[in-house]
Amino acid sequence: MCSRFREGGAAAGQRGRSFAALRMTAGAVIVLVACQREERNFSGMPPSATSTMPAARESGLQPGPSVRSTSINGPYEQNAYGVAQGKTLYNAFNCSGCHFQGGGGIGPPLMDDEWVYGSRPENIFETIAEGRPNGMPSFGGKINPDQIWQIVAYVRSMSGLLRKDVATGRNDDMQVRSQEQAADKAKPVQSALPPSAERQ
Amino acid sequence: MISSPHIGRVSVSSQFGRWTRIGGALLLLAGCSRSPDRPVQSGQHTASLPARVPATAALSDSADDGQWIMPARNYASTRYSSLSQITAQNVGQLKLAWTFSTGVTRGHEAAPLVVDNTMYIVTPFPNYLYALDLTQPGAPAKWTYKPSPALSAQGVACCDLVNRGAAYYDGKIYFNSLDATTHAVDAKTGKEVWSTRVGDINKGESTTMAPLVVKGKVLVGNSGGEFGVRGWLTALDAKTGKLAWRAYHTGPDKDVLIGSRFKPFYSHDKGKDLGVSTWPGDAWKIGGGGVWGWISYDPDLDLIYYGTANPGPWNADVRPGDNKWTAAMFARDPDDGQAVWSYQWSPHDLFDYDGINELVLLDLPIKGQMRKVLVRPERNGYIYVLDRTTGEVLSADPYGYITTTKGVDLKTGRPIEVPEKAPETGKVVREICPAAPGTKDWQPSSYSPRTRLLYIPHQNLCQDEEGVEANYISGTPYVAAIVKMYAGPGGNRGVVTAWNPVERKAVWQVKEKFPVWSGTVVTAGDIMFYGTMDGWFKALNARDGSELWKFKVGSGIVGQPIVYRGPDGKEYVAVLSGVGGWAGAVVAGGLDVRDSSAALGFVNAMKDLPQATTKGGMLYVFSLP
Repeated sequence: MCSRFREGGAAAGQRGRSFAALRMTAGAVIVLVACQREERNFSGMPPSATSTMPAARESGLQPGPSVRSTSINGPYEQNAYGVAQGKTLYNAFNCSGCHFQGGGGIGPPLMDDEWVYGSRPENIFETIAEGRPNGMPSFGGKINPDQIWQIVAYVRSMSGLLRKDVATGRNDDMQVRSQEQAADKAKPVQSALPPSAERQ
Repeated sequence: MISSPHIGRVSVSSQFGRWTRIGGALLLLAGCSRSPDRPVQSGQHTASLPARVPATAALSDSADDGQWIMPARNYASTRYSSLSQITAQNVGQLKLAWTFSTGVTRGHEAAPLVVDNTMYIVTPFPNYLYALDLTQPGAPAKWTYKPSPALSAQGVACCDLVNRGAAYYDGKIYFNSLDATTHAVDAKTGKEVWSTRVGDINKGESTTMAPLVVKGKVLVGNSGGEFGVRGWLTALDAKTGKLAWRAYHTGPDKDVLIGSRFKPFYSHDKGKDLGVSTWPGDAWKIGGGGVWGWISYDPDLDLIYYGTANPGPWNADVRPGDNKWTAAMFARDPDDGQAVWSYQWSPHDLFDYDGINELVLLDLPIKGQMRKVLVRPERNGYIYVLDRTTGEVLSADPYGYITTTKGVDLKTGRPIEVPEKAPETGKVVREICPAAPGTKDWQPSSYSPRTRLLYIPHQNLCQDEEGVEANYISGTPYVAAIVKMYAGPGGNRGVVTAWNPVERKAVWQVKEKFPVWSGTVVTAGDIMFYGTMDGWFKALNARDGSELWKFKVGSGIVGQPIVYRGPDGKEYVAVLSGVGGWAGAVVAGGLDVRDSSAALGFVNAMKDLPQATTKGGMLYVFSLP
């Protein structure tokens, strides 16, 4: 566990050197404290054409005896580093081109409480990986699953669904919305259809 | 004195100063006599012009049959109806005649067509085509044609899921569905005659424009300047739907259909394969320059005229060079598509100034000589008058507040850029005016040969912009800019300007709270109609801009009003309501106003629209009792 934390990154390397100095005087206790930091996973799984998770249920209606729904906790839900990575990837993969910084445009808003295809991490993962019929492209096989999970966590942070100390607190570009860290939790509600798909 | 209450600051004011000197005492008199809140009066002023009606016989409606068979009513794109029953005296009695719900909620930008006592309406996505029987009370539907476009096409439409209308030709209705497909439908039966896929949504291509049919060729272009498409105009055989020719707007001359007939006026447009050499590397292959606006046709010169869209991405750092032939226009032979001349409004466009607006073909007295011209209220803020035989710019005058350029150099034809307003990667540039939608976007003007005024619906917006890293992933947006728009000087986001293209001045202006995103139409009764985004359909006196009548419709208006004669011989006015389009996406798409960058930054300027209107498509038809 500890070695994994120390495996890379400029900042980690710097800290590593100072820890080495400290260790000479303070000993093993410091090392133990350092290992309490959240886990950083620097090498994701390679892209795969198939989703690596079972289908997520989106309907609350279950004919016959109730079956326990598969629920997968997103691996980055409590991981500030992963959420920050997710924010970078969100822009790099042009999610921002359609959803902008959460207000929407070509795609629906992500900072509000309405969810067309579900708000749970596994729903959002599936939305990104498999696409949705009303214009959401399928990114499965284009973004590796680990990075999709990071984007999932960031998307959930946009409407305050993550802990505030996990959500990102700064923005390097022109200010166009309040920080994700300041977002009030929006209680997810189901939306029937994306507005675009409303028809006779 | 004359300008400040109406247009705004600096550049326009100085222009007005010059016009005042040119226009002389009459203009001064008119300016002084009006009350502060009223538009400038124009009555006597136009009377001082030469008596000749500035429209060629070939282009005018010598025998007005009361129909409306193509988007702009005629090939000259004047949107002028010679019907005259509705006048300044009786327009106050205008009443709702009948309505029709389209069942679609996105932005209704189309003009209805009226042919053989049938009205045809094409809706936004999913692009239903309705035929309504005008001979029956209440105009019930005769048939509906549903093209069932690919649902995924919604993911490559930059600015709401709009459609700008249909065209009638030789017994068929032609229109595009969003998924880059052109349809021909039998006007009597509603049966599909042919359907041709013209583009690929996986390359970001969609089709939103109204086709124009010229000499048996259906002309359509691609949208997708925000998705890194390679722009083109395509001619399909009207009978079969087979490809007749395609002219790209980037790449080598053979693709652009530039050959021996090509004689551009300005030297920087001359040279081999400029569509390649004015781009870095292969950037021209994803360089934009689509066609989604208006096409005009001059039967005497046998040339079509149309403009090309913005280059991609918006962040211009990755595409040094003039980026030909984007943000430009072409004159082409409709038979084979060969280019005859081209002119670039905004070389190396920095601000998403698409060059696709309407081109109104007129014959005007310029410096004592009648000239065949085209008049163009351009997105970059200038009204151009070009010689349509040669492509020479005869004049270019601001009609709104501009900070991005300091005029147009008539020697070179190029706008004079303001370097400090050029956006860069990682740098925020503020007070870019006009904003990305320009001083005017797609919403078409109308021109009356009686008043000799062009009625321009437009906006008054500025923006802040930062360039960001560009990543091209086919089928996803290729913009690389963060934008935040807001009202320009004066705070009114919309304007209607009545412009005299000969005297090169605004004769009157009306301010609107929201961008005027509807078209205008003008009649021989000297009435000009337009709609507002908060849902008022208005009739103005075309001579002085005074408001004569208005009606509150259900949803904001972004459509194009038309005027026609019904089977009962009466004059009718029709308009689609149904807010949306880029400006109305905040309502049509249910966007979140807490993100200023939403909808390419337009949401920041429209935060109060959701309180002013709700969505929903409905046709309204008005007549005198």
